[in-house]
Amino acid sequence: MAHLVNYLYIISAGLFILSLKWMNSPASSRRGVFAGEIGMLIAVAAAFIKAQPIYNLEWIIAAIVIGTAVGIPIAYIMPMTAVPQRTALSHACGALAAALVGTAEFYQRQPKADTELAGFVMVALIIETLLGFLTFTGSLMAMGKLQEVLPQRPITYRNQNAVNFLLFAIAAGIGVRMILVPTDTFLFPIFVALALLFGVLLIIPIGGADMPTVIAILNSYAGLSACAMGFVLSNNLLVVAGALDGSSGLILSIIMCKAMNRSFTNVLFGAFGQVQTSTGKTEQRSVRSASPEEAAQILESATSVIIVPGYGLAVAQAQHKIRELFDNLMRRGVNVKFGIHPVAGRMPGHMNVLLAEADIPYDRLVEMDDINGDFPQCDVALVIGANDVTNPKARTDKGSPIYGMPILDVDKAHTVMVIKRSMNPGFAGIDNDLYYMDKTLMLFGDAKGFVSEIVKELPARVAA
Amino acid sequence: MPSDLEIGVFVFMLATFVGLEIIRKVSPLLHTPLMSLTNAISAISVVGAIILTGSQDATQLSKILGFVAITAVVTNIVSGFLITDRMVKMFKKREGKK
Repeated sequence: MAHLVNYLYIISAGLFILSLKWMNSPASSRRGVFAGEIGMLIAVAAAFIKAQPIYNLEWIIAAIVIGTAVGIPIAYIMPMTAVPQRTALSHACGALAAALVGTAEFYQRQPKADTELAGFVMVALIIETLLGFLTFTGSLMAMGKLQEVLPQRPITYRNQNAVNFLLFAIAAGIGVRMILVPTDTFLFPIFVALALLFGVLLIIPIGGADMPTVIAILNSYAGLSACAMGFVLSNNLLVVAGALDGSSGLILSIIMCKAMNRSFTNVLFGAFGQVQTSTGKTEQRSVRSASPEEAAQILESATSVIIVPGYGLAVAQAQHKIRELFDNLMRRGVNVKFGIHPVAGRMPGHMNVLLAEADIPYDRLVEMDDINGDFPQCDVALVIGANDVTNPKARTDKGSPIYGMPILDVDKAHTVMVIKRSMNPGFAGIDNDLYYMDKTLMLFGDAKGFVSEIVKELPARVAA
Repeated sequence: MPSDLEIGVFVFMLATFVGLEIIRKVSPLLHTPLMSLTNAISAISVVGAIILTGSQDATQLSKILGFVAITAVVTNIVSGFLITDRMVKMFKKREGKK
C-alpha cells in the first residue's frame, strides 16, 4: 500500500509539472488546467489511501463538501475585474491551511517526546507556520486594499521599518528558541500572534500600484509554506508542488520588480509615492482637449492605432466598450493593437485577462518590449486609464522617482490621445509630461462613457 | 541510505529549478491564470490536512484545525482550477466568423 501511495504521488507531481509547462501558450493552456486537476484528484486519492485506516471521516467529508460548495460559486460568479482580490483571498486560504496543519502537528506531536519533533523537522515546522500565518493576514490586507475596503494609499507612521524589523526579529528569535527547546509550548501562541501581526504590518505600507509585486510575493510564500509542510511530514509531493508554486511566485515578482525598476526591498519597505508631491506643482501648463467627435475623426483616419490600457480601464469596467471600438476600427481596416505594460493593472497579466474576457483576440495583445518599436510608425496611441507607465520622465528625468522604469513609448506616436477623468497625477503623484505635449489630446471623462461616445460617433460617419 | 530529509532537500532543489525553468517560459499573456493555477496546485497541502485529520491519534484540536484547513484548501482547489479554466477559455486567437 505504501508503494502504491508513493507511485501515485510521483504521477501527481509529474502532472503538476506538465500542467505548468502547458501554460506556456494559450493553445495548450486548457490541457494544462486539466492535467493539474487530474494531478490533484490523484493526490487526494493517495492521501485517503495513505490515511487508512481513516478516522474522523465525517469531518473530512464535511470539510470537502463545504469547500466545494463555497469554491464553485466563487469561480463562476467572480467578475474578471475582481480576479486580483480572489487571488489574494485564495493565497490567504492556502496559507491559513498550511499554518493550521503546522499548528496541529506541533501540539499533537509535541507532548509525546522531544525527540520526535526536533532538529530539522522543527525548523520546517516553524518556517511553515511563520510563513503561513504572515501570508494569511498579509493576503487579507492585500485583498482589503484591492477591494478598496482599506485605503489603497500606503499607511505609514514614524519608524515603521524599525518597528517591523524589531517585530520580525522577536518572532524569529522565538522561532529559534522553539527549535532549540521544542518543549516550551507556551511560546507557540506568542509566535503565532507575532506572525499574524507581522503579516498585517508588512502589507499596510504598500500602495495599490505595487499590488502586482505583492501578490506575486505572497504567492511565493504560500507555496513555500506548503513546501515546508512537506518537510515536516516527509512528503515529497508537497515539497515538489510547494517548490513549483514558490518558484512561480518568485519569477513573477522578479518580472514585476524589473518592470518598475525597483528592488524587492524597495517595494516592501519603500512606501512609494508619498514624498514626491513637491515637484512640478508651480507652473500651470496648458493642455489640449478634444471631444468624442474629434477623437472619432482622428481614429477613423488612422491606419494604425495602439491602445494602451491601464488600471483605470478595470475600474471603469470599460473592456467591453473597448472591444466595440476595436471591432469597429478593425472593420474599417485600421490596424489596432494593444500595448500591455507588465505592471498594468493590479496583478501580473491582469489587463490580458480583462481584454480576453471582452473577446479581443490574444494575438492583438502585445508586450511592452515587442510593441515599443511600433510607436514611431503608429498614427494614434490611445491611452486608457494608464498613467505612470507612459510617463516620458522615466526615460529622461533623473530626479523623478520613476526614473529608469521601462515605459511604453507612447510619446513617439504621431498623435496621442489620453482618456482620463481629470488632470490629477497618478498613483506615484508625478506629473506626466506626456499630457502637455503638442501632439497630445486629452479626452476628459470616464473611460467607459468616453469610449462608447467615440463608438457612437463612428458608425454615423460611415453612413454619411 | 539517505534520510528522508536528505531526499527531501534533493527533491526541493530539483523541483525549484524545474519550476524556475518552466515558469520562465510561460507567456506573459497568461500570468494571471498561471497564478491562480499555481495557487490551486499549492493547495496540495490538502494531502497533509487529510492525513492529519484522519489519523488515529488526531486530538480534538487537530480535528478542528484540520477541518478548517481542509475546508480552506478545498475551496482553493475547486475555485482555483475552475476559474483558471474559465480564464484560459477566454483566450481566443481570432474570431472565427464575423
